[in-house]
Amino acid sequence: MIVLDLFHYWTFIALLMMGFYTVIVKNNLVKRLLGLSLFQSAVFLLFIGIAKVEGGTTPIFTKLVDSQVFSNPLPQVLILTAIVVGISTSALGLAIILRIKEAYGTIEEDEIQSREEEAQ
Amino acid sequence: MTEIFSVFLLILLVITAAAAIRTTNLFVAVMLMGIFSLLIAINFFLLDAADVALTEAAVGAGISTVLFLGALAFMNEQERKQAPKRLAGLISVSITGLIMAYATFDKPAFGDPNAPAHQHLAPWFLETTQSAVDIPNVITAILGSFRGYDTLGEVFVVLTAGIGVLFLLDTPSAGAMLKRDEGLRHYLIPRMVGRLLIPFILLFGLYVQFHGEYGPGGGFQAGALVAASIILYALLEGQDRALEVLPQRVLTALMSFGALLYGGVGMVGIFKGANFLDYSVLSSDPVAGQQIGIILIEAGVGFTVTGVLLSIFHAFVARGRTQ
Repeated sequence: MIVLDLFHYWTFIALLMMGFYTVIVKNNLVKRLLGLSLFQSAVFLLFIGIAKVEGGTTPIFTKLVDSQVFSNPLPQVLILTAIVVGISTSALGLAIILRIKEAYGTIEEDEIQSREEEAQ
Repeated sequence: MTEIFSVFLLILLVITAAAAIRTTNLFVAVMLMGIFSLLIAINFFLLDAADVALTEAAVGAGISTVLFLGALAFMNEQERKQAPKRLAGLISVSITGLIMAYATFDKPAFGDPNAPAHQHLAPWFLETTQSAVDIPNVITAILGSFRGYDTLGEVFVVLTAGIGVLFLLDTPSAGAMLKRDEGLRHYLIPRMVGRLLIPFILLFGLYVQFHGEYGPGGGFQAGALVAASIILYALLEGQDRALEVLPQRVLTALMSFGALLYGGVGMVGIFKGANFLDYSVLSSDPVAGQQIGIILIEAGVGFTVTGVLLSIFHAFVARGRTQ
């Protein structure tokens, strides 16, 4: 069935576009960072979805499972490390936002810009 | 049955994400993103990615939420409701989305074993792991050995992010704090329950670290779990007590030592006459050498991730107490 076959891709697109929308439209910097991590999670979902093989199992050799069909391990490795890198970069972004808040007293982008113009 | 369940989960995922974006309360948005992480972790598990699910549950639903909440403590919880570019944004996003949706009709069907992604490297990895590395978990074998360069790069990205946060927010020092952090010490129920949980989370973290070659797990997940247990301790007993257990200089040493250990194992390969990060020469038997190498670099990854995540947490909390 084509809907079930492509449903993962469509979910990926929906999540990706929601993240994209948040990043370009919202003024609040924390909200933008959340949008960015949503965008990232969508990409994770795409990679893991691609790795899935029909009837496969987690790629760990064990006597407990008879099946010799395994899902693709490579995209899983890439995403595993990407998740940890994602949290580190989010934390760095949050630290920068915190300093912005301390310097300007706000985390709304247009207010920051108007304050910057006032200062000049 | 599994298909219906996964479709249900995917729809739930989209709903949660939409709610997180729509709400103007940042606290609610962060909590919804935590739920989103947990849901996507279940999805990963259904898609046969047990290692990834473990990582996402520990990092995305646990530590990420704590960090965002820690940062929100300094900020106005309420987002100012005003977005002038809303319509233009909606239009451009819809167009991009529709173009991508059109492209999906050319994609191979979900789970198709003949998809191009499964043709070239994947079978080679699955075949070679048993003969060259001989550990059951293919993910760990690829992460540690076959693509060790990638992982080394990721570890240094994590280390760099940790250093960046420490530069931006100052390293926490006990002298600069205004008053002692009491944590939740006066709240009986969270304290008793948390105290019971901490040793088991720590134990599970160590299990995940040392059992990563045989089951789902490894340095990244273990680092996040150990960090989570110490963060829970800090929340319950106050930051000062947690910094007495693991002082900041220990954490800083831990994160650099982990990266050094990883790079050092690579250098040993060069000195022994092989390539950088080639573990086969670490022992007289190449397969045993591979296993030693993977255990060592996984330990390095675990050290760095624990050190960085805890340093970031302490830096955020200490910022609020010195200002």
